[in-house]
Parts: sequence; structure tokens; C-alpha cells
Amino acid sequence: MKLGEEIAQRTAFGQALVELGAEIPNMLVLDADVGPSTQTQLFGRTYPDRFIEVGIAEQNMVGIAAGLSTLGFIPWISTFAVFMTKRAGDQIRNSIAHPRANVKINGAYGGLPTGRGGATHSAVEDVAVMRAMPGMIVMDPADPREAVACARLAMDIKGPVYLRTVRCPVPVIFPENHKVELGKAVKLHEGKDVAIISSGMMTPRACKAVEILEGQGVSAKLLHMPTIKPIDVEAICDAAESIGAILTVENHSIIGGLGGAVCEITAEYAPCRIKRLGFPDIFLESGDDEVLFSRYNLDIAGIVAAAKVLAERRNDVH
Amino acid sequence: MAPTNDVGFLESVAHRIRTLIIDTAHAAGAGHTGGSLSEVEILTALYFSFLNIDPNRPEWEERDRFILSKGHASLGYYVALALRGYFPVESLKTFDREDSALQAHPDMHKCKGVDYSTGSLGQGLSIGLGMALGRLKKNLQFRTVVLLGDGECQEGQVWEAAMFAGSKRIPKLIAIVDYNKVQLSNTIDANLSLEPFAIKWEAFGWDVLSVDGHNIAALLSMLSRADKIAEQGPVVIIANTIKGKGVSFMEGKYEWHGKAPNDQEYTAAQKELRSR
Repeated sequence: MKLGEEIAQRTAFGQALVELGAEIPNMLVLDADVGPSTQTQLFGRTYPDRFIEVGIAEQNMVGIAAGLSTLGFIPWISTFAVFMTKRAGDQIRNSIAHPRANVKINGAYGGLPTGRGGATHSAVEDVAVMRAMPGMIVMDPADPREAVACARLAMDIKGPVYLRTVRCPVPVIFPENHKVELGKAVKLHEGKDVAIISSGMMTPRACKAVEILEGQGVSAKLLHMPTIKPIDVEAICDAAESIGAILTVENHSIIGGLGGAVCEITAEYAPCRIKRLGFPDIFLESGDDEVLFSRYNLDIAGIVAAAKVLAERRNDVH
Repeated sequence: MAPTNDVGFLESVAHRIRTLIIDTAHAAGAGHTGGSLSEVEILTALYFSFLNIDPNRPEWEERDRFILSKGHASLGYYVALALRGYFPVESLKTFDREDSALQAHPDMHKCKGVDYSTGSLGQGLSIGLGMALGRLKKNLQFRTVVLLGDGECQEGQVWEAAMFAGSKRIPKLIAIVDYNKVQLSNTIDANLSLEPFAIKWEAFGWDVLSVDGHNIAALLSMLSRADKIAEQGPVVIIANTIKGKGVSFMEGKYEWHGKAPNDQEYTAAQKELRSR
């Protein structure tokens, strides 16, 4: 894994499971017929005795994992985020979250990139759903390296964790020694005109946007938020108070995800001007990932434009 | 209290459980009375005879596991656990109250003896299946028993779990269905019939046994048969029961699904139970 190299998070995650499996003999992996897509098949090939294929039965998968966890196993359950968090949402809530089962949940194909799957397969609200679940930890890693770090961190936590991964290739932006801490933002750039807070695969493009902004005379601070819950309240308040304008960028609906969380915190502790970039209240459709991202200003140019508008207006009375 | 096959004694235990269900529901003004009364003999046969458990070691690795998938019938479950020695019978007075270990639906972190939290219907069989799979992986010998309500067998997840367990022939997994024929809003048949119920389980790869769920002697012999068959693969016991069993004006009535007796009903129920 080299800086700048484009690797699909799912591949990095699948390889991470194999690595973790070597270190943690009581770790198991369950999938619901999408192992070749989520890349849990890598674990299945390496440890066939520790991989359980449940068929297309997500609800049963959740229950089996819950039962296995009572015997000291640490199961990962894995399928597309859209089905994991809704089809099996009640099972995750009542069989895993409430009993505080030590089960790790991989929501693959988070957000828009689903290989042209369209509305039914695009998880635009998985973070919102999981974030609202009492006690659930929610991770949305930026790059392949951080996806691996998040998987490792999830194993160190006793209790349920939701780890979202995306299908498409994402450039490696973090160095080899990158560490993820629960509830800690990663500061990627310092600035004074506007603060950008991004999560997941939007962070690498936000990095590029910040460089462009700098060239155009706009000084942007960039915070990456690897864990949406718990979230870094202090870093958000500090950005709100010192800069007064925050742009949130996420591969998710603007309702209930990173943008929603930042609004909740700023509204209560440090009111400031905010713009949320993400999907509006709609279902997505099939098509090319980047063509669709650009429709919602979730490309580099869109982030740059939104940040400039916000930087100009930040001193307006609101 | 040691496990026993003394039917007369077990019948007296069942009667005591029934009486305490009525007492507790009345005192709390809450509880799922109908479905708690229908499961009394099943719980008696399990907790006082069949299950290999030790109330002094609720976390013992080789204990048999029990999951009340029909979690709303917690009242009957709590009474059985209390009489079996998991906690004092006195605690039943806290049932459904604020800060009680005895929540409306069983909570494994609050109530001693509860192997898994339940409440949302249709989920217990999958959890039991996970335990049975874990047992195989760890080469332990315990058995897993899941008590299902009939109404919850309308949930698709039950059949996902049934398909997996049957197809893979998972051993030492016993499901019991409290087939009292009545659910919250009506009879099962009026809402959504399960029939042909036994044939469905068979088609999913399960061995099916059928029993009068209020006959202790029959339950004991059926559990012993199930135990032998379960060495090879999953077994379901369809226990034919009566909702509200033991209190004539509650029997077979969906109105008593989630209701506790008022003072007048309590007096009448007590009188009827005492006369037995």
C-alpha cells in the first residue's frame, strides 16, 4: 500500500480480515452470499472453518453472530450496507446493540458507489440509522489504510461496531503509521477562512479541494472524522468558534449522517454558518459513480465551489 | 431443588408457577398472562427436569442454553427461574417496575439465568442456532433449547433459521413451539394460519414431534426422545397448548394476550386455581 495508490476499500478490508484472523483465533466471519463483493471471500479461502456462509438471509446472519458471541467468538457480519442496516436493522438493534453483543458489522458498498446498482443498492442512510442506535460505534474510514486501521480498532473494542466500507478504488492518503482513535478528528490541513469536515471516501477529494482553494487564496482547515459516533465534539466546536463557517462533506444523505451530527453539536454548543454537502432527500439511481457524485457537488470542483461561497459569507449576520 | 422425573411433584411445581403468574400479574398490573399460562408445563419440564443447569453457576460453560424467543411471556419464565433458585421469589414483586431486573422482556444483563435478551419476535431461533454452532466449534456438549411462540412463526426469520439448521443438520438444537393457537389480536387461524405446520418443519429438514403441552409425563418422554434424535440434527416439538390455561375465563381468549387481571378477576382466578 503506497501513498497515492488507488485501492478499493473492500479489498483492503478483506485483506485486513485475513491478517486479523491470523492474530485472533476466535474471530469468525459471516457473509450473506456477497463474499466476492464484500471481499470476505479472502478470509473464507484462508480460514474455511471460521467462515460461515448463511445464504441470502441477513436477519438469520445477525442472530447466528449474536449466539456465537456468547461463546467468546468475535464474529464479523458482512453484507451490503443498505440491507445490513435496514433488512436486518431490527435484528441488529435487538439481538446485537441492546444485548451489547461483541459483534462487528461491516456495511459494504456504503453510499453511492455500488457498481451501478442504483436506488435499491445505494445505502444513503446507513450512517444515520446506525448512529441513532443506542451505544453503537460508527466508523467511516477515508482510505484503504484507514479501513484496515478501523477493522483493527473494532477488534479492540468490546461491543458492537459498525464499519462502513466503499466499493470503488480510493487513493491511499494516510502514512503507514496512521492510527485511528475513537472520537478523534484527524486534522489534515490548517486554515482560517472556512473549515471543511469530511468523512469516508470524501476525505481524499477534500484534501485535493483544499490545495486548490489555497491556490485561489482561500485558507481552508480540513478535519477528517473517522468515527461518526463517538464524534469529536471539541474539534467541531473549535472549528465553529475560531472560523465560524463549516462545510461538511459525506458520501451519505445530508440527513442524520456527518452533516447532521455536526449541526446537532454546533447548534447546541457553538452556533455557526454551516453547509452540508451530501445527497439530498432522494434515492440515487444507476450510472457512473463520478457523473452522479458531480450532480451533488461531491466532486473536487463541487467541494471547492461550496467552500468558497461559505468562506465569503461566513461573516454575514445569521 | 434437584432435577426430577417425579410427575406428581412436577405437577405441583407447575401449579405453583401458575398461581405465582396470576399473583405477579395482578400485583404489577402488567404482564402477558395468556402466553405465560400456556408455557407453564413446558418450562416446568425443562427447568425442573430436562435442562442440565446450575443456578449457582449461571455462567457455567457446559450448561444447557435456553432462549425464550417469545420474550413477552417473561412472566412465566421469571417465576420458573425464581422457583428454580436463580433469584428470590420475593423479587417477583418488582416485575415490570422501574429499575427491576425483571424487565417486561428478558434482559440477560439484568436478570440472572437469562441466556439471551429477547423481545422482538422471530429472533430467538437464530440466536440459539448461533449457540449450537459455537458449541460445535468449541467441542462442548451442551444442548440448546429455544421456546417459540406460535404467532412469531409468522416471522420470516424463523424460517431462515429453520432452513439453515435443517439444511446443515445442526445437532443438539431443540425448538419447542408453544402452539396455543391464539395471538395478540385474534386466533392464529383467523390471522395467518401456520398449517400444515409439522409438514413445514419437516420440509425444512427438522424432525418433528408433537405433544400435549400441558401433560408433564408426555412432555418428559417427548423431551427425552427429542434429546436422542437431536444428536443427528435439529428437532422441533410442537406442544399443543391452551392460551390462558388454568383460568377458565382466560382460556383461548386473545383478549388475555397482554392483560393482567384486575381485583375482581384476580379473586375469581385465585379461587379457581385453589380448587384444583
